[in-house]
Amino acid sequence: MANLGGKEVEVNEGGYVMHPEDWDKAVAGDLAKELGINLTDAHWKVVDYLREQHGQGIEMSIRKLGKSGIVDIKTLYELFPGGPLKYAAKIAGLHRPTSCV
Amino acid sequence: MEKNTEKPIKKVLIVCSKGSLVDVYPSLVMANGALMEGIEAELFFTFFGLDAITKKTMHKVCMTPVGNPAMRLPGTTFPFPNIIGIIPGVSLLATWMMKRTIEKLDIPTNIEFIDMIRAGGGKVWGCKMAMDMFGLKKEDLRDDVDGVLTIGEFYARASADTQIIFT
Repeated sequence: MANLGGKEVEVNEGGYVMHPEDWDKAVAGDLAKELGINLTDAHWKVVDYLREQHGQGIEMSIRKLGKSGIVDIKTLYELFPGGPLKYAAKIAGLHRPTSCV
Repeated sequence: MEKNTEKPIKKVLIVCSKGSLVDVYPSLVMANGALMEGIEAELFFTFFGLDAITKKTMHKVCMTPVGNPAMRLPGTTFPFPNIIGIIPGVSLLATWMMKRTIEKLDIPTNIEFIDMIRAGGGKVWGCKMAMDMFGLKKEDLRDDVDGVLTIGEFYARASADTQIIFT
């Protein structure tokens, strides 16, 4: 369990939110803070897109994200330093990406 | 599993010494994968690996079914007969099939892969000695190659928390 967005949220050992229904914007804000990231509109664009794609059952890769027109890969690294895809996914309340690319 | 060790790797230096498709990809996957985990990555292309960053050849990186017992006839467990592999065009066909699979799996081409690695802050170097041997100049390499290094200069880029990987 972790205290995120003013409530107790179940997370896995990597700190990823276990139950999608627990996620909200306040949870995202706290997850980002843990990673040293201050969420801006540019971050939200990525997070919202990841959630939307996940909702459609699409497994996201950095390549797909780079080609989405939402963000280019260089910017993605700048927005989420140290983990462009996994940190974005974590903040979006999704599981750790399973793609190797 | 975010962190397994108290002292995680901070940087990987990857040597890519062979030029067939199946030799180049592991280097690219490891470099890109490192960057995505927040690990610095640098690629050092040497000997035939240079093909993957040489303007004239990087679009022609291909695979050969010859001399590889783990290469099977499609859909079977029978080794691909070497004698068929040497027929002109068979290597191109095998390459075409492999590239089709790669695209289906959302894996970038070798050229796009290096674009992604550069975008992620990864560095790409050519090996001075191999380039001298092959008569290659810096201008013959992709424009975004960071430079040409001797092996000594390459080692100088490592520190105690760096791993050097040879492929």
